[in-house]
Amino acid sequence: MTTTTTTPDVAAHAAVDHATGAGYVTAALQSAKRTVLQFFRTPQLLMLGTIQGALFLFMFRYIFGGAIHPGEGLDYVDFLVPGFLVTGILWLGMSAASGVAEDAATGVHDRLRSLPIPRSSVMLGRSLADAALTLWGLFIAAVLAFIVGFRLHADVAEVALALVLLLFAVYSFMWVFITIGLTSGSAQAAQGTATLLIVPLAFVSAAYVPADTLPGWMQPVADNQPFTIVSNAVRSLTLGGADAVGLGHSTAYWVALSLVWCVAILAVFGTISVSRFARRG
Amino acid sequence: MTAIIEAKGLTKGFGDVQALDGLDLVAQSGQVTALLGPNGAGKTTFVRAVATLLRPDSGEIYVAGVDACAEPKRVREIIGLAGQFASVEPAMTGTENLRMVARLFGLSRRGARTSAADVLERLGLADAGDRLVRTYSGGTRRRLDLGASLVGRPQLLLLDEPTAGLDPRGRVDLWDAIRRLVADGTDVLLTTQYLEEADQLARHVVIIDHGRAIAAGTPDELKNRAGTNVIEVRPRVGGDLAAVEAALGTIGCETPHTDMDTQRVSARVEGGADQLRDIVRLLDERGIEADDVGLRRPSLDEVFLAVTGKPLEPTGSDSDHQAESADAA
Repeated sequence: MTTTTTTPDVAAHAAVDHATGAGYVTAALQSAKRTVLQFFRTPQLLMLGTIQGALFLFMFRYIFGGAIHPGEGLDYVDFLVPGFLVTGILWLGMSAASGVAEDAATGVHDRLRSLPIPRSSVMLGRSLADAALTLWGLFIAAVLAFIVGFRLHADVAEVALALVLLLFAVYSFMWVFITIGLTSGSAQAAQGTATLLIVPLAFVSAAYVPADTLPGWMQPVADNQPFTIVSNAVRSLTLGGADAVGLGHSTAYWVALSLVWCVAILAVFGTISVSRFARRG
Repeated sequence: MTAIIEAKGLTKGFGDVQALDGLDLVAQSGQVTALLGPNGAGKTTFVRAVATLLRPDSGEIYVAGVDACAEPKRVREIIGLAGQFASVEPAMTGTENLRMVARLFGLSRRGARTSAADVLERLGLADAGDRLVRTYSGGTRRRLDLGASLVGRPQLLLLDEPTAGLDPRGRVDLWDAIRRLVADGTDVLLTTQYLEEADQLARHVVIIDHGRAIAAGTPDELKNRAGTNVIEVRPRVGGDLAAVEAALGTIGCETPHTDMDTQRVSARVEGGADQLRDIVRLLDERGIEADDVGLRRPSLDEVFLAVTGKPLEPTGSDSDHQAESADAA
């Protein structure tokens, strides 16, 4: 009798003693799954982001839009939507910062760091999940944009390239928010820091208004910051070329410069996040 | 017996706070070791060092013979950690949480399913497994968190203040769960500020203060170090308290202490049974009626006082709290 009850237990012990931790892919996917479930099972998060995005879009389209003139032959709604989607990365992605800070503060990171898994896989999973959630938000915003009158003026290849660029920009910038989350100490602090970053990046740019309508001293900043450049690239790609949107450089110029920015942001903030998470204090 | 944890001369500073200051500690396999100390004593820092979450400034730690500083990954294969917070995901069910951690431990999908179900069963959470954790009570969450540290079947379980913030019922439930684990052969290191908890669960207690181990032994050995037993008398009539104090004063080896809240007079005595007989006779001669006359071993509270010269509870001045939050950083 004794043998029959203890044998399976011993076998289970032995089987697990050889389990030496999940591989990279499993660990990243499990980490990503958690973040995605957290989002889709928290109706407030799901609804709030959507409603905020819609309000913002309607506000610019119908309230400020009448006063903004993007240039000859260009409807404001067409000018607005590419910039709106690109800066949407900021508004939607900021929840990654507070989410990461929350995980750090509530012991989730300690638990994960005590497991026999490659530590960088946790942050990789996080970045994939947050990028997916941001893309989900952008998808809803894009649907709303078509409803309020946005139309594409480009061929399929250009639109596809615009989407790929947007995707890459989303993914790169998630690492900025992850870095903020890892260095903030609390969800509130992360939210505050993220907001301080987001407001100037979104508004001191050519995302919502043509940059040449900004005060002179602001223009050098607005012209050269990544959200202007990616907005211009997406605009050129979706509205029929840089000339059609009154930009001084070619579409290729804006796309190439956007890629440089994204690669640089990804390299810098990816490295900071991963090493910060893996560090033993 | 082999040592599951062996720490030598550990130091760790956070700015001005020296959280570990030459800590030496040996925890044997096959028993529960409790780290007992006030807030800011360095308990959490020590657990984090064992869990490979932080690297000590100097000193050595071996976990089951593996050097935690040199081979952290191998140590992570051996340990399960339940920190001060229930770090389970509220938006997932109990089962989902456990399966996730089991998968991270490297179990197959099937192995994770089995292990999660097994752990839920053992912790008495089988019924709660399909509910989202956000619907759980605080105590149930802590039990699930304990479960999450168990699904990988660790050799050593690290529990940092496992019952902090729980109501008495939740605390007793968690104690039962921990006892069952030990019976299954898992080694446990737990930290606590509660003497009762150390007394209830641990066979080996290490008292730490200011980042150093200042006493170690079984609860009984530590009580012997406090030296003396205590006689406690509760008179039937409150007005007799002074008379009891006078009577006990002739027998005890120190001035008796009267606790007005519990209406008890107590005094430490050399010896025990003889003095107990003496006080009963003395009370009888003087016509004092007593509800309760008892001889008890010193509490760990008194041990802490005897070893450090200061009481363990009430816990924490402000500066202690700051030290503990530096611990957590």
